[in-house]
Amino acid sequence: MTHKTAPAHPIIEVEDARISFGAVRALDGVSLAIMPGECVGLVGHNGAGKSTIVNVINGGLTPDTGRVASNGGALERYGINVARAHGVRCVFQELSLCPNLTVAENVRIMHRNLGGAGWRGRARRIIGESLDRIFPDHGIDGDETVGTLSIAERQMVEIAMAFSDAGTPPRLVILDEPTSSLDASLARQMLTHVRRFVEAGGAVIFISHILHEILATADRIIVMKDGRIVAERPAGGFDANSLFEAMGSVAKGAAARRQNRDLAAAPIVLRQTGSGLPFTAREGEIVGLAGLSGHGQTEMLLKLHALRSGNWRPRRDPAVAFVAGDRRLNGIFELWSILKNLSVASLGDLTRHGLVDEKAEEARAESWKARIEIRTQSMANPVLSLSGGNQQKVLFARALSTRAPVVLMDDPMRGVDVGTKQEVYRIIRSEAEAGRTFVWYSTEMEEVCLCDRVYVFREGAIVAELDGDEVSEKNILAASFQGAAA
Amino acid sequence: MNLRLPSETVRLLIPALSLTALLAAVFWLQPRAMSYIGLNLLFNLAVPIALATIAQMLIMAVNNLDLSMGAFVSFVACVAATFLHDTPLLGWLILLAAIAAYAALGVIIHLRDLPSIVVTLGMSFVWTGLAVLLLPAPGGQAPEWARWLMTAKPPLVPMAIVASILIALVGHLIVMRSSFGVLVRGVGGNERSVERAGWSVLAARAGAYGLAGAFAVAAGIALVGLTTSADANIALRYTLLSIAGVILGGGEFVGGRVSPIGAVIGALTLTLAGSFLSFLRISPDWQIGAQGAILVIVLALRLLLNRLENRERRR
Repeated sequence: MTHKTAPAHPIIEVEDARISFGAVRALDGVSLAIMPGECVGLVGHNGAGKSTIVNVINGGLTPDTGRVASNGGALERYGINVARAHGVRCVFQELSLCPNLTVAENVRIMHRNLGGAGWRGRARRIIGESLDRIFPDHGIDGDETVGTLSIAERQMVEIAMAFSDAGTPPRLVILDEPTSSLDASLARQMLTHVRRFVEAGGAVIFISHILHEILATADRIIVMKDGRIVAERPAGGFDANSLFEAMGSVAKGAAARRQNRDLAAAPIVLRQTGSGLPFTAREGEIVGLAGLSGHGQTEMLLKLHALRSGNWRPRRDPAVAFVAGDRRLNGIFELWSILKNLSVASLGDLTRHGLVDEKAEEARAESWKARIEIRTQSMANPVLSLSGGNQQKVLFARALSTRAPVVLMDDPMRGVDVGTKQEVYRIIRSEAEAGRTFVWYSTEMEEVCLCDRVYVFREGAIVAELDGDEVSEKNILAASFQGAAA
Repeated sequence: MNLRLPSETVRLLIPALSLTALLAAVFWLQPRAMSYIGLNLLFNLAVPIALATIAQMLIMAVNNLDLSMGAFVSFVACVAATFLHDTPLLGWLILLAAIAAYAALGVIIHLRDLPSIVVTLGMSFVWTGLAVLLLPAPGGQAPEWARWLMTAKPPLVPMAIVASILIALVGHLIVMRSSFGVLVRGVGGNERSVERAGWSVLAARAGAYGLAGAFAVAAGIALVGLTTSADANIALRYTLLSIAGVILGGGEFVGGRVSPIGAVIGALTLTLAGSFLSFLRISPDWQIGAQGAILVIVLALRLLLNRLENRERRR
């Protein structure tokens, strides 16, 4: 909050940027300007558009409409290289180094103009200096292969790389969840450096789910929701509660929540112990797995799946069905028709004398098409002809059409539009009434609040169990942010 | 506690040890091989294979696979035994065009996002067809200089060894030390982050393919230098040999983890495995199977080592 004689021109200015991916509006008219010497905190729920605006600023995405300006002049053909030439650097949420290269070689990749004889020495020096400045006693050698470093060390390298200077000094550094894999003391070192960098006239866009970090570090906080900026104030104007409010989550829609169901009498169908609290799920129950993403929820689902499915030979009666979150990676068969994608999990039931009974397959597909309203002319169309949300519905239908009494869901609603979500919620609820058990990992608070019981994860273990009325955004946030301390 | 060898060194250990073990076994079976001429005979056919392996390695460094390697080397051999001998200028032009074609393949594969296996499999028929057009029957003659180069007798160390070391060093310089090599391996390791840093992945891939073409051309010329004449099917087994050589030498199919020194050692090991089996008087009918068994053993060792490495890292 220093009021130096700030230069009048923003480092980067985005004006009325709009982007949509298919039916999903990722950015809906966002304007923001980043001035030199300020740290801007950017908060919002998963899918609020933070990553999208970051990609616009770093040149990776060109907005459908809107413009980007720098130093007061509009930039034509804004792209990655223009952004880098203006000193825009980015540390991405997912680690983005080349694991097969050494630290120095990664520096070479990041800094295009580092070439020429002896670049290895220069790269080592640049990253070494930057690491020393930000994380004293880091103990990372420039010749180590990135793949052999721990996650925290990789993150440190990436942060140091963004702040390093090889010709074009960094002017605007975007940090997307940079502290997620750093421990407390490293995180503090990094935040101290951010302040130092900002005092010296640089600018930082800081994205984090750890709100007290944002409140303590940022000068100005921008809150995004559904691709729009919904609040923008100096950091002093917010506290944790008002930030939650501004992020505007489901608190208002609580009336639409499920009614409490008493399931204490229902038999337990799943049980898993590990570090932290034990996990159980009862028949007909919707169990939520919550917490910050990447804290062991997916591992838990995989463990549950491995536990209940045959290792070598498929079981006659499927015990669990799995709905994948990353449908491109492990969900759909891209070259197959909708029909085949839907029926693949229950082919065992549709087979007579070793051959697939096509009539039965079609009949089943048609009934599911009607039940969950897959929007297509014909189930014989390729699955990629569907929108993302409808593809996800096909995956749900695939799991639900099996006889499996337990359905595991790995954040399946990523990138699905609101309408589809409501439809799927309805299906899940009615299936649960009918006695199916759902284990649902979700990064969206709204979905977690639909569950009967919620386990909150932190650092690979269950740290809290919330039942009935305890399932609320506030309790979940409290458990996922303060679980370690409690 | 910090007895952590650089992982690159660990990866080279297994291929180097396998080669040493095989070599010791060969010497034990046939002590006369332990001479200047003996070593040259054992290894001289490894030189073109080593070059082809480096070429394959470059393609694998960008997460692709070249199934036309053998056909392409055969085609180059045919050009070398005909045009390059009779009308050198035209011969070189043809070879340059072939290298350009390789780079163009890289461009097409990248731009259209095609599976490299399919494209190169198709190209293998093109190369074989061209080779058959050039030399319908075995024949032709190697250019004098190629012949001279491959039969040269440097003092102390036989040509095959000198050439192998040279190939390994050049490969190491280009792939492991140069900026270009870093870029190529970076594309294999994390294409998106290379793109985000503002590089053209297209150019990197085209460069890798073009360079692979150049190494494959060298392989074809070296082969003709050894055999003095060519045939349209002369190097068909190079496709699989080169892939096996890369893997044997510590490379991976994806992830940009490759090692030129390892690749050359892998090529030497594969060549030596053949001689070793002959010395054991295993009938040629069984040799291919036995060669496969050697491959399986070495790869199993590597898997074991990887597992140990991972366990140690998790601590």
